[in-house]
Amino acid sequence: MFYREAGQYFTSYAQDRQLLPLKQDRIGMAVLLVVAFAVIPYGANAYWLSAILIPWLILSLVALGQNILMGYAGQLSLGAAGFMAAGAFACYNLVLRVPGIPFLVAVLLSGLIAALIGIIFGLPSLRIRGLYLAVATLASQFFIVWALDKFGWFKNYDMSGVITTQQVVMFGYAVDTPQEKYLVVLAIVVALTLVAKNMARGRTGRAWRAVRDMDVAAEVMGLSLLRTKLQAFAISSFYCGVGGALFAFFYLQTVEPSAFNIDLSFRILFMVIIGGIGTIMGSFLGAGFILLMPVFLNVLFHAVFGQAIDATIISAVEQIIFGLLIIFFLIVEPLGLARLWQLTKERLRLWPFRH
Amino acid sequence: MNIHKILRRLMPGVVAAGTVMAAALPSAAMADEQYFGIPSSRVGPYSAMGTGYYGGIIDTLNYYNMKHKGVNGVSLTYEECETEYNAARTVECYQRLLHKGDQKMVVFDTLGTPGAYAVIGRMAPDQVVLAQYGYGRTDAADGTVWPWVFNAAGQYWAQSAVHLAFIAQKEGGIPKMKGKTLVHLHIDTAYGREPIPAMREIAKKWGFKLIEIAVPPPGLEQQSQWLQIRREKADWVTFWGAGSGMNSTAITTAARVGFPREKMLYVTFGGAEEDMIPAGDTAKGTFVAANAVPGRDYPLVADIIKVVYGAGKGNMQNPERVGTAYYNRGVGAAVMWMEALKNAQRIHKKVGKTVTGAEFRDGYEALDMNDAKLKELGILGMVSPFKLSCAKHDGAERWRMMQWNGKKFDIVSEWMPPTDPKFIREMIEESAAKYAKENNITPKKC
Repeated sequence: MFYREAGQYFTSYAQDRQLLPLKQDRIGMAVLLVVAFAVIPYGANAYWLSAILIPWLILSLVALGQNILMGYAGQLSLGAAGFMAAGAFACYNLVLRVPGIPFLVAVLLSGLIAALIGIIFGLPSLRIRGLYLAVATLASQFFIVWALDKFGWFKNYDMSGVITTQQVVMFGYAVDTPQEKYLVVLAIVVALTLVAKNMARGRTGRAWRAVRDMDVAAEVMGLSLLRTKLQAFAISSFYCGVGGALFAFFYLQTVEPSAFNIDLSFRILFMVIIGGIGTIMGSFLGAGFILLMPVFLNVLFHAVFGQAIDATIISAVEQIIFGLLIIFFLIVEPLGLARLWQLTKERLRLWPFRH
Repeated sequence: MNIHKILRRLMPGVVAAGTVMAAALPSAAMADEQYFGIPSSRVGPYSAMGTGYYGGIIDTLNYYNMKHKGVNGVSLTYEECETEYNAARTVECYQRLLHKGDQKMVVFDTLGTPGAYAVIGRMAPDQVVLAQYGYGRTDAADGTVWPWVFNAAGQYWAQSAVHLAFIAQKEGGIPKMKGKTLVHLHIDTAYGREPIPAMREIAKKWGFKLIEIAVPPPGLEQQSQWLQIRREKADWVTFWGAGSGMNSTAITTAARVGFPREKMLYVTFGGAEEDMIPAGDTAKGTFVAANAVPGRDYPLVADIIKVVYGAGKGNMQNPERVGTAYYNRGVGAAVMWMEALKNAQRIHKKVGKTVTGAEFRDGYEALDMNDAKLKELGILGMVSPFKLSCAKHDGAERWRMMQWNGKKFDIVSEWMPPTDPKFIREMIEESAAKYAKENNITPKKC
C-alpha cells in the first residue's frame, strides 16, 4: 500500500539510473543514516557501541571486500583475514614511522598496501579457477601472517610479538570515547559502501560480472581478463586492508598476527555466503548474522536458564543451534539473507492486499 | 512451506526472545553485593582448561556464599559469558560483563593470553583489575607501568627460567648445560613466543643451543616438528602448548618418533590431567610445571567438595574433575579475589560493603600470601607463597614440578625459583619501560 512505485515517473536518464530510484527507498535510507549518525551515538551505551556496532560495521566492510571478489568477480578466495592483517600492521607502522601522518591517510595507504599484496596473490587467478584458486589464495593467508610473525620489524620488535595501536588523533582531536570511534568507523564504512555500490552497478561491476559468468566470453567481448581480475583482487584487498586497520585501531587495540588466522577468513567467507553472494546488503546482513548470532544466543541462554543448567551444556547447545540456523537459512534461501530482504520488499508492495 | 510462512511462525519466538533479553538486562542490584564477571571458555579446543578453571572459580564463589555468607557479609554474584578463547569474543564479553545493573565489574580474568592482550588497554580507563593468573603479558609484572594488571601466579619469563633451572638440576648443574641442545616447541601465537626472549638470553649465558619450533594452532598434527626434533638430536624439549588436543598429540607423536617423555617439560597450560589421559600410557614420565598443584586433600578443596558438592550446587559437570590441576588453579585464582576483596574492604574502611574497581585494585596489590595465611585458607602447598607490592605485580615466580605416572601427577620438586630472578626482573623493567615510552605512559612513582 505504502511501498510502491505507482505515480513515480522518470523523465530523464539520470533519474532512471539514480542510486535509489524509489522515493520510499530514499526516505528509508535517509532515516537510516540520520538514526545511525545522530541517534545511535547518543542513544546506545558503551557496550552496544564498542562490542556490537563497531565490530559489526568493520566486519561488514571486510565482508563487502570479500563479496566484491567472490560475489561480483567470481574469484573464490580464502585470504580475507590475511589482507586484514596486512592492513592492520601497515597502519600501525605508518602511524609509528611516518611522523605527523594524518590517520585517514594512514588508513587509506594501508588499504593500498593491502591492495598491492592482493594484486600479487591475485596473479594465479589468471591461470586457475574455482576451488583450485581458493587453495592458491590460502597461500596469502598463511604467508602474510607468517611474515608478520617472523619479522620483528613489523611489530617494532615487541618482545611478546604483539602491537598496541596508537591513540587515534584526527584533526588534532583525540578519538577515544566509544561514540567518537563509532562515528569514525561509520563514516568510513558508509563512504566505502557508497563507492562499492557505484562500482558494482557501473562499468567496473559489469566487467566483473561478465568475467564471473563466463570469462572466455568476456574476453571475446574485449574485456581484459588480466585487468579485470587483478582489479577485483586489488579492490577487494583494499577493503579488507582498511577493515583490518579499523579492526586493530578501533576494536582490538592490542593485536597479534594470529588474531587474523584462517578461522577469521572462513568466517568472512560464511558471512558472504549467508548474507548473499553478489549483494552489498548481504555483506552487512551476513556479518551481522555470523558475528552477532552467537552473542545473541549466549545472552539469551544465560538470561533464560541462568545458572540453573550447566554452563558447559549451554555453551555447546548454543553452537549446535548456531550451526542449525546456518543450515536452516541456506535451505530456506540459498541466495542468502539479502534475498529474503528483497522478497520482503516485494511482499511489502502488495501488503495488505493479497493480489 | 514458503518463506514468509516460516518467517511468520518464527516471529513470536524472536519477539519472545527479545522480551526475555530486555527483561533480563536491567536486573536491579541489592545493596551489599559484589559482582564478578566470568569470561569462561567452555567449548572448542581449550574447553578442558576453561571448564576446570572457571568451574573452580565459580565453586569458590559459591563456597564463600554458602559457608561464610559471602565476604564479611557481602554476598557474591557472578555472570558468565562464553568467549570460546577468541580475542574478539573476549572483548565483547568484557564489554557485556562490565556493568550489571548498577554494579560494575572489578576484576577480569581471561585465562588466555590472546584474550588478555585484547582487553589489556581497557583496564586503566575502565578501572578494572586484570588478574592474569599465571599467563598473559609478562612485562605487566612492572606495576609502575601497568598499575591495573597483575600476575599473581607468576609470569612466563620466570616460568621458562624455572624450566631451565629444573633441566639444569636434572643434568647435574648449570655447567653441564654447555653444548646441550634444547628445543622450545611452542604454539604459534603470542603466548607461545612469550617466553622466548628470556630463554634466548639464558641460552647465551649457559651456552646451550636453543632451537625454536612452532606448531600452528590447533596443533593436532606435529609429525614434521617431531622429526625435526629427532634430527636435531635434542636433549630436552620444553613444550609450550595449549588445548588438550595439541598437548596430547605432542606426547603421542614424541612416542612415535621415539623421543623419551622423561625429557619433555610442559608449561602450566599444557600439562593437566585432561592433557595426559588422552595420550594413554605414552604420557608416562612427562614433566609438568605447576603454579597450583592438583589434589583433593587440601582443606579448602575438601571443604568445597563437602559444602558445595554436598549440597548439589557444584559447577563441575563431572565431579571427579574437582581437585585436578586446572580446577585447583581456578580455586587459587578465586581465593586471591576473595583476599583482595577483604583487603579492599579493610583498607578503605568499607567492611561489609561493595567496593569499587579502584578499591579492589588496592586490595589486590596488598596481597600477602605467606605460609600462615595459606594455612589459614586451607591451601598451603597448593599454591606458592607470594607477596605483591606497588612496583612488583608478579607474585610467586615459583613453580612445582610434577611428573605423570600414568594415573596421576607425582610432585617431584619443592617450589622452585628461577636461578637468577634479578636478571628476569631487569628484562621485565626494560620491556615495560619500552612500552611506556612508545605509548606515552608516565610510570607511576612507587
